[in-house]
Amino acid sequence: MSKRPMAILFDMTVCAGCNACVEACREGHGFSDGKDEIHELAADAYCSLNEKEDYSYRNLCRHCIAPSCASVCPVGALEKRPEGPVSYDAGKCMGCRYCVTACPFSIPRYEWDNPIPAVRKCDMCWDHVEQGGIPRCAEACRYDATLFGPRDEMLAEAWSRIEEDPDEYYAHVYGEHEVGGTSVLFLTPFPLEELGFQKRLGNESLPRLTWDVLDKIPGFAVTAAAGLMALGWIIRRRDEVGELEARIRTDRVTANSKEVRHDDRR
Amino acid sequence: MTTAARPLRLSVWRGVFYALMALGIVLTYIRFTQGLGAVSNMSDRYPWGLWIGFDLLCGVGLAAGGFVVTAAVYIFDLERFKPIVRPAILTAFLGYLLVCLALVFDLGRPWNIWHPLIMWNPQSVMFEVAWCVMLYSTVLTLEFSGMVFERLGWTKLVRYQHALTFPLVIVGVVLSTLHQSSLGTVYLIVPGKLHALWYTPLLPVIFFVSAVTVGLAMVIVESRLSSRALGRQLEMPLLSSVGHILSGLLILLVGLRFFDFWNCGQLATLFDFSYESRLALLELGPLLILPMFLLASPRVRNNTRWLYGAALLVVAGFIVNRLNVAITAFESATGGHYVPSFAEVGITLFIVALGFGAFTLAAKHLPVYPDEEKEEASSAVVTPPTAHAEAPNQRRRIAIPTS
Ligand code: SF4
Ligand code: SF4
Ligand code: SF4
Repeated sequence: MSKRPMAILFDMTVCAGCNACVEACREGHGFSDGKDEIHELAADAYCSLNEKEDYSYRNLCRHCIAPSCASVCPVGALEKRPEGPVSYDAGKCMGCRYCVTACPFSIPRYEWDNPIPAVRKCDMCWDHVEQGGIPRCAEACRYDATLFGPRDEMLAEAWSRIEEDPDEYYAHVYGEHEVGGTSVLFLTPFPLEELGFQKRLGNESLPRLTWDVLDKIPGFAVTAAAGLMALGWIIRRRDEVGELEARIRTDRVTANSKEVRHDDRR
Repeated sequence: MTTAARPLRLSVWRGVFYALMALGIVLTYIRFTQGLGAVSNMSDRYPWGLWIGFDLLCGVGLAAGGFVVTAAVYIFDLERFKPIVRPAILTAFLGYLLVCLALVFDLGRPWNIWHPLIMWNPQSVMFEVAWCVMLYSTVLTLEFSGMVFERLGWTKLVRYQHALTFPLVIVGVVLSTLHQSSLGTVYLIVPGKLHALWYTPLLPVIFFVSAVTVGLAMVIVESRLSSRALGRQLEMPLLSSVGHILSGLLILLVGLRFFDFWNCGQLATLFDFSYESRLALLELGPLLILPMFLLASPRVRNNTRWLYGAALLVVAGFIVNRLNVAITAFESATGGHYVPSFAEVGITLFIVALGFGAFTLAAKHLPVYPDEEKEEASSAVVTPPTAHAEAPNQRRRIAIPTS
């Protein structure tokens, strides 16, 4: 079992739209209900296939290197494995759906109609990859459109395809840097944004945005507690002293006027 | 007291209450037997709906009065606010209970709600919020327990509870500061999905300041409501000075919001009158700037009705703000609209009604409001009717029956 980070490379320019990946994926995950055309991800469809201008393109979880979904999960039900996949453990999940909200690619789906629901998304066939195998979709692909291998090799392959045929490709490997890099790489004939398939995402890893704030919390909590305690003590002390002085003054006044009556209830 | 109108009005509300209970039980059954999809309009595009936007975000914020008032009294030693402490703690305690109840409906697997105790992911804001809410609920339970012990006449426990007050208040303030702001941090990870009018690195700060603000507004609203339902309330000079502090906080909040729009270069977007801009202007104009001006006037602050009205506007503004962040802000990126289903609204009303019921029961049977006779007597002696809001650092000992 290799711990080398693996990746899927999808090359849109050679995909024939044969749907073999979708079928293999659904069958392998036990969704054999005869529905085979998948245009939209769903709780029972981890990858989809769509067409645009004679090209077909897939959608699936990108298995981000710094996955938003795993970073937001309060119980660590989603986990980035050293081999590449972001896997999910329904037994831990409490169903807050923060992962669904947080994923920049809007990948995870929820089982809304199940009384015991789970989050559903491509798991890079973790059951196979864990054993050193390859994902079902890559296995099923006959056109070298979906490839699987170590991420550095997949990147090298992607760039060499671009260099060999620069007219065919848009010179960008999606996933090389987006949101800090992903373990699913896309080669396309035109910018992905033109598909309305993916918004322009920065190269910054998104979990950082949260972490920059969370990081400061332990220090803040300790300082705040100590500060408040000191503040409370000082203010109270000041008030007590003030009151004492006031009382001494009134005592003097009342003593002078020989009228011994004041209404201090303390 | 209007002898004829009162029982009638009460019985109408009682009817509404029982109707909501019945509805709630039916919807609860459907929710847990058929899943979230059967009762809600949530979807993969809108995985968070009314229950997160209102029940959680607004619930936690509206209960902020608990930590704000205890901090004012026990840390800043503003003793004249002492009569507010108990109603504020009671509201906060019930508020957090209701938030947890709402989560039981909202979580897909509520039986795993305790998992953050043993399955840690310190990278997750939600993990931090979960811990803060758990710990703060414990703090509130301990603070609340004083009233129960007193009622039961367990003097020894009352004394222990008193001794614990100061440390509890400190812990409560720290925990509240953390999770009130962290509810804003929750949205920092979706810069690509949240509309630019609401996405800002200052979200945690805005969430915190607005929570403090609405916590105080709720003190005024509640006092008014309980005076109607129970004939008990806080004295007006005290509420006016709450209004005074509230007006200062509103100025701060307005300043913060506009500084932030300017800082993020969103002032032009704010006034482009798009769908988002209109909802943002609603939240900022009539529901934030208007009450700010209203409360700046002593005439408003010293008039029961106007003060109540202004506080209601602040509460409404807060609710619109949280719903905007939780729902409106996602609409342009995810497409489509989310409108809560009948059942989502029904379960929310069910939870709110439970809260009202519990508050009424507690206010009736526990020493929540200062005993009226003694209070009248003491305020007659100690607080001359003219001295109030305008003299915040002139501290007075109001004799509180601590029995
Ligand atoms: S694409 Fe979304 S679901 Fe997949 S790893 Fe990245 S954040 Fe998680
Ligand atoms: S829904 Fe489950 S997997 Fe997703 S963030 Fe919540 S607990 Fe984690
Ligand atoms: S990696 Fe596995 S789960 Fe993911 S799309 Fe391919 S076959 Fe489906």
